[in-house]
Amino acid sequence: MKKFLVLCAALLAFALASLPASAALTVDVTQGNAQPLPIAIPDFVPGGGGDPAAGANIAGVVRADLERSGLFRPLDPKGFVEHVTNINTVPNFQSWRSITAQGLVTGQVTQQPDGRLRVDFRLWDVYGESQMLGLQFFTTPENWRRIAHMVSDAIYERITGEKGYFDTRIVFISETGPAIKRVKRLAIMDEDGANPIFLTRGDYMVLTPRFNPTAQMIAYMSYIGAKPRVYLFDIETGRQEMLGNFPNMTFSPRFSPDGNSVALTLETAGNSDIYVMDLRSRSIRRLTTDPAIDTAPSFSPDGRQIAFESDRGGSQQIYVMNADGSGQHRVSFGAGGNGTPVWSPRGDLLAFTRQQGAHFTIGVMRPDGSGERMLTNAYHDEGPTWAPNGRVLMFTRVSPGGRDSQVWSVDVTGRNERRVLTPGSASDPAWSPLIQ
Amino acid sequence: MIRFSNSLKFAALSAALLLGACTHKQEAVNTAPPPAPPPPAAAPAPVTSSILPGSAEDFRVNVGDTVHFALNEYNIEDADKALLGRQAAWLARYPAVRVTVEGHADERGTREYNLALGARRANAVKEYLVSQGVSTGRVETVSYGKERPICTESNEGCWAQNRRGVTTITAGANS
Repeated sequence: MKKFLVLCAALLAFALASLPASAALTVDVTQGNAQPLPIAIPDFVPGGGGDPAAGANIAGVVRADLERSGLFRPLDPKGFVEHVTNINTVPNFQSWRSITAQGLVTGQVTQQPDGRLRVDFRLWDVYGESQMLGLQFFTTPENWRRIAHMVSDAIYERITGEKGYFDTRIVFISETGPAIKRVKRLAIMDEDGANPIFLTRGDYMVLTPRFNPTAQMIAYMSYIGAKPRVYLFDIETGRQEMLGNFPNMTFSPRFSPDGNSVALTLETAGNSDIYVMDLRSRSIRRLTTDPAIDTAPSFSPDGRQIAFESDRGGSQQIYVMNADGSGQHRVSFGAGGNGTPVWSPRGDLLAFTRQQGAHFTIGVMRPDGSGERMLTNAYHDEGPTWAPNGRVLMFTRVSPGGRDSQVWSVDVTGRNERRVLTPGSASDPAWSPLIQ
Repeated sequence: MIRFSNSLKFAALSAALLLGACTHKQEAVNTAPPPAPPPPAAAPAPVTSSILPGSAEDFRVNVGDTVHFALNEYNIEDADKALLGRQAAWLARYPAVRVTVEGHADERGTREYNLALGARRANAVKEYLVSQGVSTGRVETVSYGKERPICTESNEGCWAQNRRGVTTITAGANS
């Protein structure tokens, strides 16, 4: 997808650089009870040429992104008093205060003579009466949604102090048909559900896709030829290949943070153990040797440790080991069975699935097992994946009896639980890094 | 629950066989006395006669292809050993047949864990068949985890049906 996009961003320093900067407008994402920040985002002004609806389309995506984060409350444009026609003049802050806006985003979309789209935008602190941010992007017109997401990310980062996560993609399993004869297809879409693409046709079952660190490659499990194995899928070329040539089932793949190796589970005579394969040399190294089930490996972001699940202690629990397999120790000691550990990109937390009877919930704990917090409480939530900023999780929510699956998201604070837009039923989401 | 449904199936089968036998006997009695009434165009055949011996259907119906497991367990239960013994005997009778044992789990496990658990179950069935004389090269295994339920209610009776090992014929059967 890299090749489709020529982007550049420049600071909008002209004209308004003399306005005082202000850091008054902030949102603390670590606060579970934060009130969403009221923000006004009028349709971007047409700067000439191109699709006259582009400005409204981009502003609409930015409003939706920020609303979905739960940290912002985009105000209804119908209530706006000032009609923005020129983004290079200072807004009438009083008119924006009168509709309770604390932040204001103004933007302009221009079709360049070379056919590219130019998007300028400014973020204003309405009470501080100052510009917080001014950026300019160039891209091809069909990439307007990505520009909108980059605008959203820039606003999110400027106000929260955290990197955004809107210019990302989700790879997932699309599900159709009844539970006893479900058709599962590998699919990918933008983080907001736009641009869904099916990558496999559904004539064989696929499970548990995971991105590599550049979001160009997907590792997943496929039942091609009724032989369940881990495969690699190159998104740009559509090429897929079986990873290694194992005599038995391989499953639960996960890339290392440098993208050079894949941890996976290999089953031999009924016993499942964790291995790591170097993608360049294709050499494999066995990390666990226990006769119990050892599976679901996930690297720490520094690549030095691997969290995994094992029932070696009698029930399914979370363990951590060094990347060479040494130092295996149990970290989950809370209620029930615990599995599917996934290391936060920030390194500070493990997200996991807790099982108590038929009840499955998503939680987080520190990598040493302390500070455990449960985030969801439905019938069956499973398989968390982290936004690249470590502030939001997606997971699979299954209805009783496995009759339906949907993808949901929740903030790491446990707030802002909502369904993720997917084309039909879906499971096994994996969140990409920010697109490069 | 499973064992219940199995015995129910066998009960039904026996009843059908019995019924066939009775019907036959009754006909014999009726046709005994006088001249020669035309025999019934098609005498009700025994239920099994339409099934080709050595076929996949023969194996499924007359031997039984499914065993069941307790929650998170993969040991072969005593009640299922007779069935697996019949599978082994049938496979001895039809040496060209190759099978794949599918291991399945109920919904109460994470996806990866259930894939591993299904592999354990499939392997347990395979090992039992091998212990009964089936050559190891004739038996493949595959785990479907919780991905192929046969019952989608959220209760123990349904979960018990889904925790199963199914011996499926992949080659060499009569057809």
